[in-house]
Amino acid sequence: MTTTTTPPSDAPAVAAHPLPNRPAWSGRGRGGRDRKLTPWLFLAVPLILLGVFTYLPAGNLIYYSLTDWDGFGASPKVFVGLQNYGKIFTRDDILPVFLVSLYYIGASLVQMVIALCFATVLSFSTRFRNLFKGILFFPYLINGVAIGFVFLYLFQPGGTLDSALHAFGLDALSKHWLGDPDVVNFSLAGTSVWRYMGLNFVLFLGAIQSIPSELYEAAELDGAGRFQQFRYLILPGIKRIISLSFILAIAGSLAVFEIPYIMTLGANGSMTFVIKTVLLGFGTFHKVGLASAMAVLLLAIVLILTWIQRRIVPDDKVDLS
Amino acid sequence: MISRVVLTALKYLTLIVASVVTLLPLGVVLIASMKSQSEFVTTGPFDFPANVFNIDNFVTAIVRGGMVQGLINTSFIMVVSLTGTILIGTMTAYAIDRFTFRFKNGVLGLFLLATLVPTVTTQVATFQIVNSMGLFNTIWAPIVLFLGTDIISIYIFVQFMSSIPKSLDEAAMLDGANRFTIYWRVIMPLLKPAIATVLIIRGIAIYNEFYIPFLYMPSSDLGVISTSLFRFKGPFGAQWEVIAAGTMVVIVPTLIIFLILQKYIYNGITSGATK
Repeated sequence: MTTTTTPPSDAPAVAAHPLPNRPAWSGRGRGGRDRKLTPWLFLAVPLILLGVFTYLPAGNLIYYSLTDWDGFGASPKVFVGLQNYGKIFTRDDILPVFLVSLYYIGASLVQMVIALCFATVLSFSTRFRNLFKGILFFPYLINGVAIGFVFLYLFQPGGTLDSALHAFGLDALSKHWLGDPDVVNFSLAGTSVWRYMGLNFVLFLGAIQSIPSELYEAAELDGAGRFQQFRYLILPGIKRIISLSFILAIAGSLAVFEIPYIMTLGANGSMTFVIKTVLLGFGTFHKVGLASAMAVLLLAIVLILTWIQRRIVPDDKVDLS
Repeated sequence: MISRVVLTALKYLTLIVASVVTLLPLGVVLIASMKSQSEFVTTGPFDFPANVFNIDNFVTAIVRGGMVQGLINTSFIMVVSLTGTILIGTMTAYAIDRFTFRFKNGVLGLFLLATLVPTVTTQVATFQIVNSMGLFNTIWAPIVLFLGTDIISIYIFVQFMSSIPKSLDEAAMLDGANRFTIYWRVIMPLLKPAIATVLIIRGIAIYNEFYIPFLYMPSSDLGVISTSLFRFKGPFGAQWEVIAAGTMVVIVPTLIIFLILQKYIYNGITSGATK
């Protein structure tokens, strides 16, 4: 251990005092002012960033949501109370976005079931296991714009999907995948499943593989079949990660943005809550007050969901202090 | 016995079907990227390209699509943000894990609560702050935002640091090292695995980030990988073969990184997502 590095503030003092006279470094809470200050020196920059880019915006958001501000610096911010919150539930162009979320909630449930199936299958010895694992997971890593284009190409009229249906003689099933308001949300939610299934899958697989293998051996000795192993060993072992994924999935379903924005810009009935918020806040509408109210509402929902999740399945291993 | 065989066959069949569903959408884009414009119009999406070494579309995408500039900008943003994230994350974790001080739990709570804030929506307000700092339409806007809102990394560092024995710090103190020396000379080297994790998951996240650069850097010479690809929609709107090539240009680096760093990526994703 070298002690000859750049000596910030206190190093000479340390050198000047023999150690027994200088207990400030080792004792807990016994030190002088410098000892109390040190952690804050480490925390200064992170806390400023946290304040400026997370809490200040969150606070401003609540403030803007109570005004009719249009987003221009010079414009007045007239206090309108809870009017903006009322508008969220009464405006014809906002109400449908809540229904669109249901498609994504449904999709994320499907996604979790698929992920759970493959995680269970691949937790048993399988040929080319790593290859299958890699293939199923890879979409999660791909750039969202690239995924958007890949599926725009797949879904375009006469594109890959229509051609594939044609090859199997199923032309009758062809649809305007992104143009028909009755279909578009299924297409987009399906894209979302393709993109995110791999994440759930890898998380579930990791949790299953952390179950000690002795338990499986004991279960097999006791004559438990594969299904019983799943029911009594795997399922309880991954309860926590399932509940966490479930909450993340619901919060994610409300905050869907990238895929529909890149692929359809929210057209043909695919408008989501967050796209609407973004368009109101930054588009030609200049409804910053209303957009802020929507952001506050989403924030509140996410916080409540997380709180519920923590109540149902307490964090056992995550204890930071 | 027979049912076992059937089950095994079924298992591999499902896995193969899933692999096809995953790879086919990417495969047809790859095929399209190698076709000439006239070939693309006259052939079906599954027809193999006449010349698999046709790189014209890639040249068009990279040169006329501004992807070189995008790559340079993404690299710059990535290097600065990742360096900053590691310094900030490790400093925070060091302060929280190795000191006892007033309001410590409050500080920790502030960081943890912040992980729940969905950044896409709060941009309505964040935008005003970034704008008032004069950073709008500069490359520093995404950098400060990536630094300011990356709390997952802090979390990973805190978790990892609590597994490093405190006796190492104490030994260094007895040698007369001060807190900054300990942070830099003792803790930092031991944090290497956590730093690798953060580099990987944040690196991928920054490479893939679309919304922040899209919102804060509308200027055409400030495109990053995501936004320069997104801008293909306009000029190349009717040229699917060029869009396909651009899409491949964006995906291939991810694939290479994934093949090289598989194990670390799985570990990183697991520790990052289960916060």
